[in-house]
Amino acid sequence: MAEFRTCPDTGFKIDLNADKLIKWNAVTAVVFLLIGGLFGLLVALTRWPAVHLLDADLFYLALTAHGLDVLLVWCIFFEIALLYFTSAILLNARMVFPKIAWIGYWMMLIGALITNVAVLRGDSSVMFTSYPPMMAAQDFYLGIILFAVGALLGCLVFFATLHVARKEKTYEGSIPLVTFGAMTAAIIAVFTILSGAIILVPTWFWSLGLLSHIDTIMYRVIWWGMGHSSQQVNVAAQIACWYAIAAILFGAKPLSEKVSRTAFLLYILFLQLASAHHLLVDPGLSSEYKIFNTSYALYLAVLGSMIHGLTVPGAIEAAQRKKGLNKGLFEWLTKAPWGNPVFAGMALSVVLFGFLGGISGVMMGTEQLNLITHNTIYVPGHFHGTVVVGTTLTFMAISYWIVPTLWQKELVFPGLAKWQPYLFGIGMGLAATFMMGAGTLGVPRRHWDMTFADSAMGFDFPAAANLMMGLNGVAAVMGSIGAAIFILNMVGTILWGKAKVPAAAAPAEEAPAEPNVTGAATSYGSAGTMEVPGTFVLAMIFLVSFVLYYFVNWKYLSSVWGLS
Amino acid sequence: MGIFPPPQRVWWNQPIEKSEVMWITIAFIWALVMFFMMPYWHLVGEQNLSNEAYKIKPEVYAEKVETWAAKYTVREEGDTGIPVVRPPAGSDVYMLGRLWEWWPVLELEKGQSYRFHLSSLDWMHGWSLLPENINIQVHPNYEMIFTVKPTSSGEFGVICNEFCGIGHHTMVGKIHVVDK
Amino acid sequence: MSDFDTGPGGTDEKIPFMQQLLDSPLLLLVIGIVSPMVLYIVWGVMETIAIPLAQ
Repeated sequence: MAEFRTCPDTGFKIDLNADKLIKWNAVTAVVFLLIGGLFGLLVALTRWPAVHLLDADLFYLALTAHGLDVLLVWCIFFEIALLYFTSAILLNARMVFPKIAWIGYWMMLIGALITNVAVLRGDSSVMFTSYPPMMAAQDFYLGIILFAVGALLGCLVFFATLHVARKEKTYEGSIPLVTFGAMTAAIIAVFTILSGAIILVPTWFWSLGLLSHIDTIMYRVIWWGMGHSSQQVNVAAQIACWYAIAAILFGAKPLSEKVSRTAFLLYILFLQLASAHHLLVDPGLSSEYKIFNTSYALYLAVLGSMIHGLTVPGAIEAAQRKKGLNKGLFEWLTKAPWGNPVFAGMALSVVLFGFLGGISGVMMGTEQLNLITHNTIYVPGHFHGTVVVGTTLTFMAISYWIVPTLWQKELVFPGLAKWQPYLFGIGMGLAATFMMGAGTLGVPRRHWDMTFADSAMGFDFPAAANLMMGLNGVAAVMGSIGAAIFILNMVGTILWGKAKVPAAAAPAEEAPAEPNVTGAATSYGSAGTMEVPGTFVLAMIFLVSFVLYYFVNWKYLSSVWGLS
Repeated sequence: MGIFPPPQRVWWNQPIEKSEVMWITIAFIWALVMFFMMPYWHLVGEQNLSNEAYKIKPEVYAEKVETWAAKYTVREEGDTGIPVVRPPAGSDVYMLGRLWEWWPVLELEKGQSYRFHLSSLDWMHGWSLLPENINIQVHPNYEMIFTVKPTSSGEFGVICNEFCGIGHHTMVGKIHVVDK
Repeated sequence: MSDFDTGPGGTDEKIPFMQQLLDSPLLLLVIGIVSPMVLYIVWGVMETIAIPLAQ
C-alpha cells in the first residue's frame, strides 16, 4: 500500500506520502513567513517615529495581517510538517490517512487565503484578536475556522499514525523523545483548536447576523484559550526540535528520558492555563482564578521549561565531553560548530528564548505585575522573544537540516547561511528588547501615533521612549534582512540547489555525526557524578538573572499609585 | 538519542543525573516563591486590582457618569470643551471610554482614596495611566470598580492601549492630581 | 534494534505506571484537553456568568 524510499543520509524509511506532505506544508509555511514578515517590517517602520511609514488605516491593516500570517499560519503549517516528520519518518512507519492529510492541507491554505483577502480588502482590520463588539467581515472568521479545522485534521493524522505504528511494531519500546515532544505540541493544538471553535463559530454567526450579542469577557476568556495556547504549541514543537538537533548534530542522548518526558507531561497538564495571562486586569474574574491559572498551577509548566533549558544543553555537553572535549567548564561549548547554522540557530534560540521570552513572560504573567505591562508594547516585546527568536529561529535552524536532507540538495548559499542565524537572532532579539524597554515607559501596543499629534489633549512620552521605538525599527530591519536570507536560501535550494552527492561518497558531511551512528553519546544512569557542570553554571546564571529581574519589577510596581 | 526510541524497554527506573536533581529542586523552590508572591502581595502590597464588577447597559452607565459630572464640574479643560470634575475627597469617581475619548477630565487630591468606576460605551478600550504606567482592560457592558489612591501630584495622561478603530491614537484623557 | 535492552527481568519486567501513562498518547490527549477545559475555560466562563447586574 504505502510506498517508501530510504533516506541516503539517515537510513530512515520514508513514506512517500509523508515526504510529499512534509515538503508542501513546509514550503507553504515559508511563503507565509515571507508575507507575514513583510507586513511586520512595515509595522516596525511605521512605529519608528522618524519614519512613520504607513497611514493609520494601512498600519492597522498591516498589523492585523502580520499577526495572522506569522503567529498562526507560518507556525502551524511548519508544525504540521513537523508532526508528519516526527511520526511517519522517525517511527519508520507508514502515514495513515494521507488523503485526510491533503484535505487538511487544502483547508488550511484556503482558509488562510480567505482571511488574508478579507484583511487586505480593508474591512477587517480588527487585529489578530478580533475582540467584539468590533466586527470584521464574516469571511475573516470563516477563513480562520477553515484553517483551524484543517489543522485539526493534521493532528488526527498524526495520532492515527502513532497508533498504527505501535500496532504494526515499526519500532521497539517507547516513541522517541522528539516524537513525544511533537505529541505534546499536537495535544495542546487540539485544545487550542477546540477553544477556537467554541468561540469563533458563534462569532462568525454573529457577523452573519444570526446572533445578536457576544459577551466580551467570555470572548476574551475562550479566545485566549486559542490565542495563547497556539503559542504554547510553538513552545512544545520548538523544544522537540532542540532535542532533535542535539541528537542529529552531536548524537546526544537525553540525560534522562524520565525527566525530559515528565517535563513535557507538565506542559500537557498545565501549559494551556497560561491563557489567563491576558485576563489579569479584566473586570469580574476572581483573583483565585487569575492566580491559579496565570501561574500554570504553581508554575509547574515553568518548571517544565526550566528543566528543558537544562537538559537540552546538558545532553550536548555530555555528548561533547564523551568525545574528549573535556577541558574546563566550557570547552564543549567553545568548540561547538558555531559556523553551522543548524547549531548556531538552535543555540541562540535556547539562550534568547530563555532570557528574553521566558523571563519576561513569567514577570508580566504575575497577577499584580501585569498592571504595569498590560497592553503596552512590552507585550509584543515579550512574544517576539518567544515566537520570533525562540520558535521561528528554531524552525529556521532545523530547516537547514531538513531541507537539504529531504530534497537531497546542497544549500545554494552556504556562506550566507553561516551568518543568517546571528543576523536574524540578534536583530530580532534587540527588537524584542527595545520594545520591552519602551513598554516599561508605557508606550502602547497596536498604536499608530505615540506623539498623539491629532489629539485634543495629547501626552508627551520621554525622549527615551521615542529613541527606543527608533532603535526597534533599526533592529527589525536587521532581523528582516536575516529572514530574507533564510527564505532566499530555502527557496533557492529547493528550486536550483545542486543534487547532493550520495552520502557514502561525500568526503565531509556538514553534520559531524550521522544520526544513524549510535554509541557516540553518553550513557544513562550516571547518577552521583556531576556530568554537566558547564550547563549547570549557565543554568544558575539564568536563574540569578530571573530572580533579580522579577524582584526589580515588584520594586517598580510598589512605586506606582495605590490600587485596591 | 532523542530521535530514536529509548534503548531500554523500561526507562522509568533509570537513575537521574545529579545536576538534574539539583536543578529541578532549585527550580521548584523558585516556582513556589513566585506563586506565593501573588497572595503575599494581596496581604501586604499597596497595588492590587479589585475584581468588583457589574453588568450594566452602556446608556445607563453614561447617564450615571453625566449626572455625577454635572454635579461636581469645576471648569473646562483649556479650550477643549471637556469638563474638569472634582469630586469630594474620598468619594466615588467615574470615567467612561468612548470613540475616541476618556471622559471627563478628573481632578483628584493626592493621598486620598477614591472609588473609581470605569466602563466603555462602545468598543473595548485600554485605560493606560501615564507616566505611572497603570493599565486596565475596559469592557463595554461591564462596570468595574476599584479603589485608587494617587501618591504623586501633577498632570497625568490617560491613553487608550486597546485597538479601537481608526481614531484609536487620538484617544487621550487627563487626570490632575493636586496637593491638598 | 538488536541492542535493545529489555532490562534485568527481560520482557517480563513490569513497566512502571508512569511509563505506561507516558506511552499512551490517547490518554494524554484526553488529559491534555480536559485539564485546561475545566480549570481554565469552564471556571472562567462560570465566573463571567456570575458577575452581578448593576443596581
